[in-house]
Amino acid sequence: MTQQKTSITRRSFLKSSALAGGGLMISFTWLSAFSPADTKNAPDVNENWMEINGYIKITPDNIIKILNPNPEFGQNVMTSLPMIVAEELEADWQKVVVEMGPHDSVKLGPQFTGGSNSVRMYWKPLREAGAAARHVLMEAAAQTWGVPVEEVTTKAGMLYHERSGKSGTYGSFASKAAAIPIPKEVKLKEVKNFNVVRSSRKNVEGLKIVSGKPLFGLDYQQPGMLIAMIEHPPAFGMKLKSFDAAEALKLPGIKDVFSQKLYEDGFEQGGFDTRSFNDLLVVVGNTTWEVMKARKKLKVQWEPAGDTKDTMGGRGGKREVLVPGELESTDAQLRKMQEYAAKPAQQLRKDGDPETAFKNAAQVIERTYNAPFLAHNCLEPMNFFAHVTDEKALLVGPLQAPGWTEPTLSKVLNLPADKIEIRMTRMGGGFGRRAYGHYLTEAALISKKVKAPVKLVYTREDDMTYGIYRPMYTATYRAALDANKNLIAFHVKGGGIPEHAIHANRFPAGAVDNYLAEGWQIPSNITIGAFRAPRSNFNAAAEQSFLDELAEAMGKDPIDFRLDLLKRAKENPVGKNNEYDADRYAQVLKLVQEKSGWNKAENKKYSRGVAAYFCHNSYAAHVVDMVMRDGQPYVERVVSAIDCGIVINPDAATNMVQGAVVDGIGNALYGALTHKNGAAEQTNFYNYRMIRMHEAPQKIDVHFVQSDTDPTGLGEPPFPPVFGAVANALYQVAGKRFYQQPFSLQLNSLGVL
Amino acid sequence: MIKLTINQKKHQVDVDPDTPLLWVLRDTLGLVGTKYGCGVAQCGACVVHLNGEAVRSCVTKVSRAAGQKVVTIEGLAARADHPLQKAWLELDVAQCGYCQSGQIMSAAVLLKENKNPTDADIDAAMAGNICRCGTYLRIRDAIRLAAEMQRNPSKG
Ligand code: FES
Ligand code: FES
Repeated sequence: MTQQKTSITRRSFLKSSALAGGGLMISFTWLSAFSPADTKNAPDVNENWMEINGYIKITPDNIIKILNPNPEFGQNVMTSLPMIVAEELEADWQKVVVEMGPHDSVKLGPQFTGGSNSVRMYWKPLREAGAAARHVLMEAAAQTWGVPVEEVTTKAGMLYHERSGKSGTYGSFASKAAAIPIPKEVKLKEVKNFNVVRSSRKNVEGLKIVSGKPLFGLDYQQPGMLIAMIEHPPAFGMKLKSFDAAEALKLPGIKDVFSQKLYEDGFEQGGFDTRSFNDLLVVVGNTTWEVMKARKKLKVQWEPAGDTKDTMGGRGGKREVLVPGELESTDAQLRKMQEYAAKPAQQLRKDGDPETAFKNAAQVIERTYNAPFLAHNCLEPMNFFAHVTDEKALLVGPLQAPGWTEPTLSKVLNLPADKIEIRMTRMGGGFGRRAYGHYLTEAALISKKVKAPVKLVYTREDDMTYGIYRPMYTATYRAALDANKNLIAFHVKGGGIPEHAIHANRFPAGAVDNYLAEGWQIPSNITIGAFRAPRSNFNAAAEQSFLDELAEAMGKDPIDFRLDLLKRAKENPVGKNNEYDADRYAQVLKLVQEKSGWNKAENKKYSRGVAAYFCHNSYAAHVVDMVMRDGQPYVERVVSAIDCGIVINPDAATNMVQGAVVDGIGNALYGALTHKNGAAEQTNFYNYRMIRMHEAPQKIDVHFVQSDTDPTGLGEPPFPPVFGAVANALYQVAGKRFYQQPFSLQLNSLGVL
Repeated sequence: MIKLTINQKKHQVDVDPDTPLLWVLRDTLGLVGTKYGCGVAQCGACVVHLNGEAVRSCVTKVSRAAGQKVVTIEGLAARADHPLQKAWLELDVAQCGYCQSGQIMSAAVLLKENKNPTDADIDAAMAGNICRCGTYLRIRDAIRLAAEMQRNPSKG
């Protein structure tokens, strides 16, 4: 066994809290914060929980409750994180009850769902928590039995002393164990001895989901709760001028209509305090429908906001950022991107002498790729419950990053953090959108104003047109070939509104002698935010299409071409700071090559596209197999190869990869959010096309690289390369390259779709 | 007062007759298993059964449901043991789970009318239900499995 220093002793927890909470202590109100246990897992137990450590409680009748620290948005951490604890605890999984932990960064760590980090950041702390709990249980048994602790063994929630034949449940020693100090060092299991981790376990909330139990933020209700909605300006660059609510207020159930400022002037915004509109026009009433109806009766005047300034705080210190007032349209944005693309840009990385190499090249290939804004379209629209009084605030709802939102709430409400309780519900999707907690702050201010518990609800239209989109991107790739068709230089220049997507140190950086990466950006009033694999989701589309075209021009097989480049990057890397591990990258390509039967005769019936990408510490490759069906290209089958280290819950991980593939196909073909005079042109699912059942593949075969490496992320990495693989398969189908997302538009103009 | 029979239970609700059934279920009666996704009959998150037919409760006025039989996900099977629910659990279909009650309610009508649906039948019947998380393949598999359970109860 590996001997490890424990990093989760009670004492160090308190220490680390000083860093994590910015010096703010948080009071523990968590017994009151529990939601009812999963019916399947929860036998009748008396609620006599012994807290063994922050994550684990055990009752005398041997029910083990494991708190999931991280918000759940479908990545299945409610199951996978407790599995990690149960593994080291040697608990009987059947007797484990899982509950969502409260927001408590002291006891439960960073509590952030994003960056494919849930498992990665909790892997070690949760293993240690489980191992430490097991250790104090063993101590308790050893003391009771009067035997050396080394002779105590555990299995499936039981303690044994073989020589004396003594045994007992964890529960029977729980109260004694709770008083034993957590050891400084704990032994962690060897990977080969895992029996919970790496074996598929069912979603602990499955039964609640299929039987319609209240789980989501929108499902949360309290007696006396009011419903609030916000009428936001019809366009970016507009703001509230005046309103007349007389008619709306006459309608039954309507309590109040008022305008409310979100942030005071000069409010220092953190990176996740993004908001599109600061002056809120709020309608509050008894029920959702009454409020929806009242909104139609509002007479509102909007006016151009003009250029405004935001004050940004954060690491770089305080600074002012200009938000241009222009009412933007997609056509004009595209033209502006072309102008900017022609100008000099910021150099992000340079290896060798790309200028000379391009000058001396026998052939230069240059291609430009574009992609639109995307709306996250979480199926559960933004919403949050808030009950704010002069003394305290309770907030309940779907949120990815409570630790980032709490300081904002504290400032806006002028309440100390320990008076703010945030409970995280299950989220009906997140995809990055719910890391931006403006809707919590809005709900809190509304509750404070109307002095009542309030649930703020965004309609689908509110949600889709609000902003915080995936940015609009472009990138031009150039490759220089010598007379023998060797790749001698590579150049990428990327831009976007309001940011570019370029990761300068990623593949193929490190594999080409002469390399140049540049970036530029155009400021905008259209707000953006993280969207499943930010930036990577565009790069992998553009770069992986370009590599495909390049391989063809060089007369190489697209997989072999990539493997050649990776071999170079491995054996004789160019430059420094190459972010990826060439071996692991090559391994997923080889795995997908093998599993897809690449170049095998029996697969000739497919138009095949391949792509691979590295992001969020994991590696993913896909082969997309297209056929023509009813005159339209259809992705019939996908083969995926993933290296994310140890896979905690294989079936659930497979589900996630399959979902990412479907999501990628859908967004590549159909996803687009465009603007006209500042207004979003897509407002609901009748004009924002989402992938549907009949467009999803028949089969998605997912293969994981067998690995003993500590787990890395999985929510995002499989997503980006889907775009590239779809583009490359489309080329095989249509005989034309696809440079503009969403690809369905080009298919339409080709008359294929 | 509008009289409703939901999951075999009688209710009287005092709401505007043009209120969509969805909001009566969710706000007035606290039956929140039926979800709001779009409000305009595009996503299927709000599907319930009205006299055995799948309807989108977001665009069904409560007055239309008066005196009719409404079944929601909460009432699909007394012990949440409808073959579809069992199949959904068996294949661990859900990701975020938000769309799934609507998916199951749409599938339940399909299986009632078609004991042995082909893949094309499934695709056609389910085209009105969006799953943002992309669980379509497992939904298809679960419908096939449930159909099999239904034809051959020993499999359940
Ligand atoms: S909410 Fe009714 S179909 Fe979307
Ligand atoms: S499981 Fe998330 S929308 Fe279907």
